[in-house]
Amino acid sequence: MLPEIVALNTSSSLSVPWWKVVYDFLPLTQWIDSSLHNAMSPFWTTVTEMLIIGVLILLFYALVGLFLVYAERKVCAFMQNRLGPNRVGPFGIFQTIADLFKLLFKELVPIKNADGFLFNLAPFIVIIASFMAIAAIPFAKGLHAIDLNIGVLYVIAVSAMGVIGVLLAGWSSNNKYSLIGAMRSGAQIVSYELSVGLAIITIVIMAGSMQLSVIVEAQRDGWFIFKGHIPAFIAFIIFLISSTAETNRGPFDLAEAESELTAGYHTEYSGIKFAFFFLAEYINMFIVASIAATVFLGGWMPFHVGPWEGFNHIMDFIPPFIWYIGKTFFVIFLMMWFKWTFPRLRIDQLLTLEWKYLLPINLVNVLIMAFIVLMGWHF
Amino acid sequence: MEEKVKDITSDEQQEYVINMGPQHPSTHGVLRLVVSLKGEIVKNIEPHIGYIHRGIEKMCESITYPQIIHLTDRMDYLSAHINNEAVCLNVEKALEMDIPDRIKVIRTIMSELTRIQSHQLWWASFGMDLGGLTCFFYGLRDREKILDIFEETCGGRMLVSYNCPGGVMYDIHPNFQKRVKEFIKYFRKILPEYDQLLSGNVIFHERSKGIGKLSLEDAISYGVTGPSGRASGFSCDVRKHEPYSAYDRIIFKEILHTEGDTFSRYITRIDEMWESMNIIEQLIDNIPEGPYSVKMKPVIKLPEGEYYQRVETARGELGVYIISDGNKNPYRVKFRSPNFVNLSVFNHITKGFKIADLVAIGGSLDLVIPDIDR
Repeated sequence: MLPEIVALNTSSSLSVPWWKVVYDFLPLTQWIDSSLHNAMSPFWTTVTEMLIIGVLILLFYALVGLFLVYAERKVCAFMQNRLGPNRVGPFGIFQTIADLFKLLFKELVPIKNADGFLFNLAPFIVIIASFMAIAAIPFAKGLHAIDLNIGVLYVIAVSAMGVIGVLLAGWSSNNKYSLIGAMRSGAQIVSYELSVGLAIITIVIMAGSMQLSVIVEAQRDGWFIFKGHIPAFIAFIIFLISSTAETNRGPFDLAEAESELTAGYHTEYSGIKFAFFFLAEYINMFIVASIAATVFLGGWMPFHVGPWEGFNHIMDFIPPFIWYIGKTFFVIFLMMWFKWTFPRLRIDQLLTLEWKYLLPINLVNVLIMAFIVLMGWHF
Repeated sequence: MEEKVKDITSDEQQEYVINMGPQHPSTHGVLRLVVSLKGEIVKNIEPHIGYIHRGIEKMCESITYPQIIHLTDRMDYLSAHINNEAVCLNVEKALEMDIPDRIKVIRTIMSELTRIQSHQLWWASFGMDLGGLTCFFYGLRDREKILDIFEETCGGRMLVSYNCPGGVMYDIHPNFQKRVKEFIKYFRKILPEYDQLLSGNVIFHERSKGIGKLSLEDAISYGVTGPSGRASGFSCDVRKHEPYSAYDRIIFKEILHTEGDTFSRYITRIDEMWESMNIIEQLIDNIPEGPYSVKMKPVIKLPEGEYYQRVETARGELGVYIISDGNKNPYRVKFRSPNFVNLSVFNHITKGFKIADLVAIGGSLDLVIPDIDR
């Protein structure tokens, strides 16, 4: 289950000073693991660890969701000459928590003639898909729930599962707008999945591995976006476009398109079930931004320039977690920026963009990257 | 049972009928469109109107002429001032009154300000229809400045009721000229920002060029007026062809485009905002001295007969037709409202386009529903 934790450290106390933990979480996780092993049998150790990690991720998930909603409202407010939430708490930071309670207490309106089972199942599928994807993301050195050797593939596969929930939601609502939204969403996500995959494959070719920790380590002396010449940059742009489309965010928010379809696939949902869709959208944004940060911008790896020893050393003082969060939120900010700037595309233009432009460019890009790696021309 | 199966497979039954409205974000009011779709493609639109019908024309028959002004505000609420002006001009024409220049100039300036604020709101909501939510706040931010000017002079912000037969209700506020000049200076700088946000955007061009083409012949035969008609090359500006108020003494050009698609309807309105600013600039420093209102009889009675006056609102040609039997209230009033006519062309130009285009075309026609239903 947890490869890096299973490598046992038998000492019963933390092997490094406590403050160094922020630079490398491995000693801490190993210490927790060994303490648990000393206290109980291996089976119960694994169960306890799974519970701890599950609860921690759940907590992190909720916090990120709440924060992103707040961040989006603030960012969009400043782009629109407004102040945004500013009443509940200092700078309105508790606004989203208040909203959460409001949504929790709201009535779940039962829908006549809806397919009850699928209708209730859909939000859970959406949220579980995003929840599973978050498990494989390396947040900092050693802070990595599960380091699969096919990490990239896993994240793409699992996050694509969300489309099933969207399709089910649209179908089971028995609402015409929802159905159109769901069908649009299906076409859109399945198409853009290709571009997301190919853009990442460009980098996988360079890193020579699909394991996220290896990809991050490979960027020790320079992030891939700088190391990979132009193909890596093109891949980054394509990834940014197609991942925005994959998460159903503007200017590709055709599945919701409130000026056309009122709210698309989640028109009929109310209360906390609506909140699930809402939360999943933001977590999906966080996941794709994390992948972009990890694969293109070095993940938790500080900004290193090959031979500049002193500079690299100073950069190392900033904890990896801060680097990771900083990069992720930079990408999230970019996505918010163009959501609040661009008008929405039409469905045929959306598919034209993918199949006629992004996909061919991407395929050629992968070839060029393979050639560069083969010739050893990258930095 | 067998018959039912047959029905489902027939072509007619394969149409996917959705109700857009009466509650829908992009119908801008309580308009109901029954849209037949085939996949994403619009096959037919059937507008159902009357959800906000208040019987304004009938109500006019039982009230006096100065009272009618307040009802016309509630028709096309975005060009309230111009609607008022139409009734006032008609009453003054019937009474064969001479209106002092000061009143004419004030009315013209107010009309043009109304036109600008209407186009600003249109731009805001058009951007929102296309999914650019930021446009909405930019448009409203600038519109607020005009509404403040209105508030200072007229007391009202949106439904100003500033005109009355024989003049205007009150004299202009001492700050009026200064604030209008400030606004023009401000808006000349801000209008290129609209272009940066929307007009120059690639996605916007893709979404609007070649969409919902209205040919010149169709525009004339359907009677589409206003910016929507002029975008098809139909020279229909009442201000130019039948000048009223002070329009005969100023130099301005009628904005004409020939493409007739959503984009040219958009550009026509943007150009009109520039042109309106030119008109205001010519007049704002030259408001003649004089009374702001002509003394009228306490009870206005129109001589027996039929009277017609047309004006150019922000959406097209508004005609006011009054039949008087010599009493203090009209015998019959009929409004030729531009939106009602413009709506009739909706189905014709939307057929064969997609749902998203339907919203874009609807936005570019700039429909105000209370004006359709009256």
